[in-house]
Amino acid sequence: MTVPALAPAARSPRLTYRTREEIAGWLLAGPWILGFLLFTAGPMLASIWLSFTSWDLLGAPKLVGLANYIRLFTDDPSAWRALRVTTVYAFTSVPLAVGLGLLVAMLLNENIRLQGLFRTVYYLPSVVSGVAVALLWRWLFSPDFGLINAFLAVFGIRGPAWLSDANWALPALIIMSIWGVGSGMVIYLAGLQGVSTALYEAAELDGANGAQRFWNITVPMISPVIFFQAVMGIIGALQTFTQAFIMTDGGPKEATLFYLLYLYRNGWVYLKMGYASALAWVLFIYIMILTLLILRSSAAWVYYEGSTRR
Amino acid sequence: MAGSVTLRLTSPAAAGHDFWASRRRQQAVKMVFVYLLLLIGAIAVSIPFVWMVSTSLKNLGQVFLFPPQWIPNPFVWRNYYDALTVVPYLRFFMNTVIVTGISIVGIMLSSSLAAYSFARLRWRGRDVVFLVVLATMMLPTQVTLIPQFIIFKNLKWIDTFLPLIVPVMFGTAYQVFLLRQFFMTIPLEMDEAARMDGCSILGIYWRIILPLSKPALMTGALFAFRFRWDQFLEPLIFLNTPRNFTIALGLRLFQDQNLTNWNLLMAASCVSMLPVLLTFFFGQKYFIQGVVISGVKG
Repeated sequence: MTVPALAPAARSPRLTYRTREEIAGWLLAGPWILGFLLFTAGPMLASIWLSFTSWDLLGAPKLVGLANYIRLFTDDPSAWRALRVTTVYAFTSVPLAVGLGLLVAMLLNENIRLQGLFRTVYYLPSVVSGVAVALLWRWLFSPDFGLINAFLAVFGIRGPAWLSDANWALPALIIMSIWGVGSGMVIYLAGLQGVSTALYEAAELDGANGAQRFWNITVPMISPVIFFQAVMGIIGALQTFTQAFIMTDGGPKEATLFYLLYLYRNGWVYLKMGYASALAWVLFIYIMILTLLILRSSAAWVYYEGSTRR
Repeated sequence: MAGSVTLRLTSPAAAGHDFWASRRRQQAVKMVFVYLLLLIGAIAVSIPFVWMVSTSLKNLGQVFLFPPQWIPNPFVWRNYYDALTVVPYLRFFMNTVIVTGISIVGIMLSSSLAAYSFARLRWRGRDVVFLVVLATMMLPTQVTLIPQFIIFKNLKWIDTFLPLIVPVMFGTAYQVFLLRQFFMTIPLEMDEAARMDGCSILGIYWRIILPLSKPALMTGALFAFRFRWDQFLEPLIFLNTPRNFTIALGLRLFQDQNLTNWNLLMAASCVSMLPVLLTFFFGQKYFIQGVVISGVKG
C-alpha cells in the first residue's frame, strides 16, 4: 500500500523508528482530527458561547454571563429531577445490557443448530423502526389489554398500570431497553472470535470447569470489548430521548422526564436555546466525569494483550 | 464449543466408560438448557417484528382493533404495492444506498487508520486526542445542530447529500473507539515480528492488524450501515425537497397528513429494514467465524 504523504518519513534512514512512529501517529489520526476541526469543533465551541447567552432562535443571542448556569444550579428543580431520572435509568439499564448481551453472545457462540437464524432473530430489534417499536410497547404495557399484564395474570399477578403509573413508568422503560440487547451481542460475538481456542483447551486439560473458564479466560480476553460497551452504554443511556419523547412525554408526574427531553423542551419548545446549551454542557461534564472514572478503573480490570507499550 | 471433542482426543484412553457417559449426559442437559433459554428469548425478542409484519398486511380498520389481532383478516398484500408506489420509494431507496454506500467506505478507512494510531503508535498528545474522540459523543446534537446548519449553509451544501457524507468520511468516533478496542486485543508480538522483518508502520496496519481484525471491521461496518440507513435527524434538517429524501425521512410522508396510514407505514418499514437484516443474515458467516490468532502467547 502506498501513501505518498507518508512515504518519505517512513523510508528516510535518518529518522529513528521512534520519531517515525511519532509522525505516523499524527498523520494516521490526521483525517479524524481534520474532520473534527472542520465540522465538529466549531459547533461545539459555538454551543459553549451560546450557553452564556439568552437566545430565542430568532433574534441575535444576548450575552447574559453566568445567568443560565446560576439558574440551573439554584433555581431549577426540574433539571435535577431529570438528571436523577436519567441516572437511575443509565445505572440500571447499562449493567443489564452489558451482562445480558454477553450472556446471549455466549449462548449463541455454542455449537447449536440454526445458529445463524437465532443470531438474526436476536439482532432483529436493532433494525425495527423506532416509531413502530414505541407504539408497540405502548400496547404491550397497556394495563388492561397489554400482553405483559396478560402474561402476569397467568400466574395470578395483577400487573401495574406501567406507563401511566408514576412508580412503574421508569421500570417499564428499563425493561424495554433490555429488548435491544442483540446489538451488543453482535459486538461480543466479534470479540469472542478473537479468543484463542488454545487457551480453552489448555484450561480444560488443567481441569478448569465452565465457570472458571468463563471468569479466567473469556472475561479477561474480551474485557476491552466489555469496556467499550460500558462506556458507550453510559454515553448513550444518559442521552436517551426517543422512548420518553414518543411513549410517555416525560410523564406521569415527571417520572420519565429524561434529561434530553427536558433539554429539548427548553431549546425547541420554549425557545430558550441559551439555557438548553447550558443544560447540554452540564450533561457533557457529567458524562465526562463518569467516563473518566471508568477509564481510571479500567487499569484494574481491562486486559489488553497488545498494550505493553506506553 | 470444541470442548468435548478436544477432550476425547487428548484425555488418556484409560478414562472409563462411566466418565464418558456422565460427561455426555451433562453435555445433553446443558444443551437442552441452552436451547430453552434461546427459544424463550427469541420469542420475546421477535414479538414486535411479528406485530409489524402483521400490521403491514391489515386494512386500516383492522389496525385499530383493540385488543389487537395477530392474524390479518383478510391478508392485504396490496399494502406493499401501495406503500412502494404512493411515495417515490425507489427514489428514496437509491438516495439512501448512495449516501450509505459512500459513507461506509470513508468511515471504515479513516476510522481504522485513526484506531491503529491510537492503539499501536506512541505519539505525544495521543491520550488527550483520544479523549477528544470520546468527548465528541458526549454533547447532545440538539445544541450543535444550528451551528452545524450554518456551516453547511455557508458551504451551499443544504439540500444536497454532502452534509450526510463528507463529515463522516473523516472517520466517526464510534468506529474509531470500537476498532481501537479490538486492535488492542491483538498480541504486540505480531507487530514486533513483522517489524523485525522490515515491515513499515503502514505495512503492519495493512498486513497484520487489518487481516486479524476482520470480525471487528465487519461489525464496525454493519453498525455504520445500520446507523446511516436509519439516520433521521440530520436528513430532516439538511434535506428539503422530497426527491432528495432518504428512506427514514420518506417514511414520515405516511404520517404527515391528519391520519397515519399505519398499515402502509409498516409495509414500507418492513421493506426498508430488509437490506440491513439480509446483510446481517448472509454476512454473519464472514464476520462471526473465527480468526485464529495462533502461536503467540499460547
